[in-house]
Amino acid sequence: MKSFDYLRPDTLDEALAALSDPDAAALGGGTNLLDLMKLGVAGPSKIVDLTRLPGLDRIETLPDGTVRIGALVRNAALPRDPGFAAAFPMVAEALLSGASGQLRNAATVGGNLMQATRCAYFQDPFAACNRRAPGTGCDAKDGANRNHAILGWSPACIATHPSDFCVPLAALGAIVEIAGPDGLRELPLAEFHLLPGEEAHLTTQLAPGEIVLALRLPPGAADFAGHARYLKLRERNSYAFAIVSAAAALRLEDGVIREARLALGGVAARPWRATAAETLLAGARPAPETFAAAAEAALAEAAPSGANGFKIALAGRILARALAAAAAGTPARMPALPGSVLDDSDTEAAHA
Amino acid sequence: MTFSITLTVNGTPHHLALDDMRVTLLDLLRDRLGLTGTKKGCDRGQCGACTVLVNGQRLNACLALAVQQDGAEIVTIEGLAPADGLHPVQAAFLEHDAFQCGYCTPGQIMSAAGLIAEGEDGADIERIREGMSGNICRCGAYRGISLAVAEAARKAKTEAGA
Ligand SMILES: Cc1cc2nc3c(=O)[nH]c(=O)nc-3n(C[C@H](O)[C@H](O)[C@H](O)COP(=O)(O)OP(=O)(O)OC[C@H]3O[C@@H](n4cnc5c(N)ncnc54)[C@H](O)[C@@H]3O)c2cc1C
Ligand code: SF4
Ligand code: FES
Ligand code: FES
Repeated sequence: MKSFDYLRPDTLDEALAALSDPDAAALGGGTNLLDLMKLGVAGPSKIVDLTRLPGLDRIETLPDGTVRIGALVRNAALPRDPGFAAAFPMVAEALLSGASGQLRNAATVGGNLMQATRCAYFQDPFAACNRRAPGTGCDAKDGANRNHAILGWSPACIATHPSDFCVPLAALGAIVEIAGPDGLRELPLAEFHLLPGEEAHLTTQLAPGEIVLALRLPPGAADFAGHARYLKLRERNSYAFAIVSAAAALRLEDGVIREARLALGGVAARPWRATAAETLLAGARPAPETFAAAAEAALAEAAPSGANGFKIALAGRILARALAAAAAGTPARMPALPGSVLDDSDTEAAHA
Repeated sequence: MTFSITLTVNGTPHHLALDDMRVTLLDLLRDRLGLTGTKKGCDRGQCGACTVLVNGQRLNACLALAVQQDGAEIVTIEGLAPADGLHPVQAAFLEHDAFQCGYCTPGQIMSAAGLIAEGEDGADIERIREGMSGNICRCGAYRGISLAVAEAARKAKTEAGA
């Protein structure tokens, strides 16, 4: 690992000043950054520890009903907060389906959004990778690519964003608050991560020197609490990244879907909000054929980027299944195996 | 650069002038404080062998910078047991023969202690398995591990209720 200086600012202004150095990196829990530094993929000369900044470790409800989550809230803290887990059950389920108890205790909200792809060639400093080293090519294109993207990829890069947390956030219309040298700005989370195009190394909308300050779930996002699930297919049933995953939330009235919120994970370089499928569901009655049609609409533009055509069928099935599970009602208690399709231990609905 | 930090490890305060910011909590414990009970398996957050409690929370010491832990209270496997015997999780591991080679065991025990303190072990073995999934056992002693953690969790609840 390259050696570096360590700074621990006490104020946001000090942190932003330190991060104006292009060789500086922000530090949250370190569970991704430290790993990449050990691999030689990241090599900042200065680390700016954000974890002692005041006020960013809170979950607050604003007067208009918006829920604001500071960037330094730990991944474990959200599902542990009873009010948060009840209002946003699929966000809690997605978090609990990811990583491990130890990692969730360390990982921060900001770090989770900003985590790098798990593409094996990105993690290998000796491989060709446009994302890590622009212009070098993409070893994944003719390499081990069964876990790579089926939507929004380009010949420059076929990587996926690995976060579970971001998938229900994209579905629920979460907003990212950003702080930088020019002040504050905000963006929808569903647009925060960039699709590769020709510039695979630009992975998010954050400009150099900016940081993620907080996330906001808009008023109304909690209206889906009664019918919301996150389902995730992986190589083993726990402590593994998604091959594909789906967040599905419905607002039902008199047996009719008034509004649907859908997103797919593991399919693209960003959490993939499926708006066409959402539109198709509005006004329909929950039924297997309707869910299959929604899944087809969500994947209409999908194309294999390598030996991963199977992910298109799998993503459609997991979306249809998440919709059926959401229609059946959010379980009264977090399933023993969060996000798992093998869990049938608890079928009692929470808000029925 | 050097950075001075204070850490309490197993009840003993340490004032350390770190001369290298790269030192992980795991390497600090093992190489500088001589506490080799905490194991290095993968060094990448993938196995759980390095699990310790930091301010009561279980963490992977391999993915934590030592300097970032300034001011923290750390408990390692060497400091878990009370002076007069074993921690209930340790006793349950013996009872249920929850190991073979033993390399993953300190991490398993620290993770179980953290899980039980978090109160998310639930009553059923499935929740315990899920809660312990961040600890890999190369020998596959999972059956004994799950039973041991379940028993220790049950005892912790009975004691809390008594
Ligand atoms: C073995 C293993 C398994 C995992 N499994 C899963 C899984 O199944 N699902 C899943 O979703 N995730 C999984 N993860 C990833 C994990 O969720 C991330 O590592 C974690 O969320 C990163 O958060 P952090 O605070 O530790 O980030 P850090 O490592 O501190 O930072 C990550 C990146 O974000 C930047 N950064 C941090 N905070 C900010 C901020 N506020 N503003 C701007 N930039 C910032 C850093 O500079 C760095 O580039 C796994 C990780 C490991 C090691
Ligand atoms: S898919 Fe993207 S991240 Fe992976 S090697 Fe190609 S350019 Fe790099
Ligand atoms: S050594 Fe830390 S998780 Fe494997
Ligand atoms: S007992 Fe050998 S690795 Fe677990």
